[in-house]
Amino acid sequence: MRIILERRLDPSRRMQYLSPVLAIALSLVTFFIIFVLSGIDPFQALYIYFIDPLTQLWSIEDLLAKAVPIILIAIGLSFCYQSAVWNIGAEGQLAAGALAGSILPVLMPNLQGPAVVTAMMLMGIAGGMAYAAIPAFLKIRFNANETLTTLMLVYVANLFLDYVARGPWRDPAGFNFPNSRPFDEGQMLPVIAGSSIRLSIVFMLVAVVVAWFLTSKTMTGFKIRVLGLSPRAGSFGGFSRNKMVMLTFLISGGLAGLAGICEVAGPIGQLRTTVSPGYGFTAIIVTFLGRLHPFGILVAGLLLALSYMGGEGAQVALGLSDQTTQVFQGLLLFYVLACDSFIYYRLKFLRERSLDPATVR
Amino acid sequence: MENPKAGRRQRPATDALIQAIGITKRFGTFTANDHINLSIRPGEIHALLGENGAGKSTLVKILYGSLQPSEGEIRWKGQPVRIPSPSAARRLGIGMVFQHFSLFDALTVTENIALALSDRPNRAALAREIEKVSAEFGLPVNPGSRIVDLSVGERQRVEIVRCLLQNPELLIMDEPTSVLTPQEADDLFVTLDRLIARGCAVLYISHRLEEVKQICHHATILRLGKVVAECDPQQETASQLASLMVGADVHVLSSDTPPPNVARTRLSVRHLSMPEPHPFAVALRDISLDVQAGEIVGIAGIAGNGQGELFDALSGELAAASPDTIVIDGKPAGKLGVTTRRRMGAAFVPEERLGHGAVPRLRLSDNVLLTRHATGDQLMRVGVIDFAGARTLADRIGRSFDVRKSAADPEAGSLSGGNLQKFIVGREIDRQPAVLVVSQPTWGVDAGAAAVIRQALIDLARSGSAVLIISQDLDEIFEIADRIAVISRGHLSEPMPARSATRETIGLMMAGLGEGKKQGSKETAHAHHS
Repeated sequence: MRIILERRLDPSRRMQYLSPVLAIALSLVTFFIIFVLSGIDPFQALYIYFIDPLTQLWSIEDLLAKAVPIILIAIGLSFCYQSAVWNIGAEGQLAAGALAGSILPVLMPNLQGPAVVTAMMLMGIAGGMAYAAIPAFLKIRFNANETLTTLMLVYVANLFLDYVARGPWRDPAGFNFPNSRPFDEGQMLPVIAGSSIRLSIVFMLVAVVVAWFLTSKTMTGFKIRVLGLSPRAGSFGGFSRNKMVMLTFLISGGLAGLAGICEVAGPIGQLRTTVSPGYGFTAIIVTFLGRLHPFGILVAGLLLALSYMGGEGAQVALGLSDQTTQVFQGLLLFYVLACDSFIYYRLKFLRERSLDPATVR
Repeated sequence: MENPKAGRRQRPATDALIQAIGITKRFGTFTANDHINLSIRPGEIHALLGENGAGKSTLVKILYGSLQPSEGEIRWKGQPVRIPSPSAARRLGIGMVFQHFSLFDALTVTENIALALSDRPNRAALAREIEKVSAEFGLPVNPGSRIVDLSVGERQRVEIVRCLLQNPELLIMDEPTSVLTPQEADDLFVTLDRLIARGCAVLYISHRLEEVKQICHHATILRLGKVVAECDPQQETASQLASLMVGADVHVLSSDTPPPNVARTRLSVRHLSMPEPHPFAVALRDISLDVQAGEIVGIAGIAGNGQGELFDALSGELAAASPDTIVIDGKPAGKLGVTTRRRMGAAFVPEERLGHGAVPRLRLSDNVLLTRHATGDQLMRVGVIDFAGARTLADRIGRSFDVRKSAADPEAGSLSGGNLQKFIVGREIDRQPAVLVVSQPTWGVDAGAAAVIRQALIDLARSGSAVLIISQDLDEIFEIADRIAVISRGHLSEPMPARSATRETIGLMMAGLGEGKKQGSKETAHAHHS
């Protein structure tokens, strides 16, 4: 018997929605097997990973706080991926935003208040945009492959952040820890609900709604989609590919930068050598898992934030390495991309017919 | 079974070389081949006729091993066989020349052939063998030439030589003359005659009924996946064959009204030159042309002589060097983009339907938006799209051009080629543009849809628009154009009235003859300037 992939006449709408669900199920099954093989009670492990974080109020708040940067970044990336611009460097754009946004509180610690926080946010967005403009320019001017340039620029940004936090911006009163001075409340986003839900959750919800409106209702969203699906048809429609490359990079860089400064001026409260546990990469998974759709991204972002929470819990309760979380996230991306093939193809099982192949000389 | 009154070509009275018995192929619920019987004898040229979508290519793919039948049997010299793959077909003695060549541009003829024939490690010996075969069958090719330097006709010869080196007993040819000049086609027929004289059989797939009548011994005609007739094409008229294929009498075009006498130039091209945009493209050289209101001008030419580059220059996808080289309705447009040109009243239909004229994964209503978002249809208000308006427009186009579709607003990629082409042409004609530039208006479209499209083009012109068609199909150009120009290696000839042009003169110009003189005079003109 042979198994083949046969092209569907029409893409399957059902698979479009089923594919992420299937991917999650397959990831869980694989995860289950991994736990069994490493001699851990798989049911307890899965409980700690995916249920336990939802049983307490503080951990739900923490979950939301983690989901905010991931979703912000993923919304930006969805613009890129719709127009087939493969920006995988949001992690670096996030660091650039965190750096740019921290200029005021680090260098002018006396400035405080809502106006300063607003300025920090805008500078964070500008920092992310400027950093994303580099691969955009390289792509437009030299046709440089953005998958490579964006990824490489992540390391540049992270090392620069590391240098700044250890070197020039290190807090003189910080016992030589590689951190900037801690920000004051007047330099941070206000808490608007519970004990740790900050204003950034509103930014995230606004981004989701605006992104939905832009992509589904406006000409700009239409241009992005057309250029992503077939660039030649886009140019025939009179749309400029280069403008859209720049625009999508600026949107995603800006949102990643905003996520960066929201982390620094929120849960972290100071500039550190690292400000993100890989949110910029996790957001790539979230974008695909959410079908590049803002509302899908909202749901997927919450799920991936849960995996971060669960990972921390498993570290404490089971002594599992925090790399396990990355294994889960990697599995998930792998399965989503694999399951997506079934939108355009169907599996077919062929039984070899028993006519003698010897008749073919 | 044999017709004693058959013309100069008598079908050989031998046993079949290959027989397809009751071949059925289903794709899901769609039956592409429905109990097809086909029998090809050694030494005959057997025509396989049918409209697009009639099931010809499915049947051929089954015979060549790239598809497996759902039901039915293939017999080779009387023995039942299974052909699991194209390589098995080749081992059996079946060769195929595809419509789209599979040659590497940067490699030589010998290198390309060596890639396909793993059993001939010695290049020098292979080159000698190529020379021998090409001399024997009248297929002049130089084994050392690089493919990129060869004309389309020469490339086809390379494909044929590659097949012949494997000593096939059956050669399948898919639309072999669609890319050839009339003279090149005649050379091909000589080669086919030598092949059948040696007992080889040829399965010949073509739309061109006149040439089928000229060279084929026997014809099998498919319609909607079934064999509707077998006949001796020499005994039938072309219109009888056509009505068998289409299943009804083919609509006759009416262009009785001559173009108006009062000339008003709506599209004017003046000394348009453009360097090659990339190494495998063609440079445009000093092209000048006027298209008047009310007329259709046809540009004939073999593929790859600058048609694509000319279309891009006219549409504005490639900007010209100066504004005055392209004038639309009296206004210079050479440096303007495609949207601005559309606003000036111009409309364009590119050769590629999928991925250029339309986005396959978007719905028809979205594809309406692609070219009509800025042309006064009120489909956009301050950047927000009126999707309902786009759907209404798509429906209107669908109704007036008889676009058959599976759903109310399906994805463009799910339409058949002919229906999508009707939609794309209809999308532009629906605007009543002042100037319409169409590349390959009926490429790969069945006869019924082609008639609808051609009639719509004539009607548009007669209503006062200027219509320019770029086509490789000489029949089409003679059918609807009022004046004909020929493009060859980036040069455009002076247009001549269609009534005074003959296929022979046009064919010679397509082959690049007479171009040398023009090029020479242009170069002296250059010398004067500098």
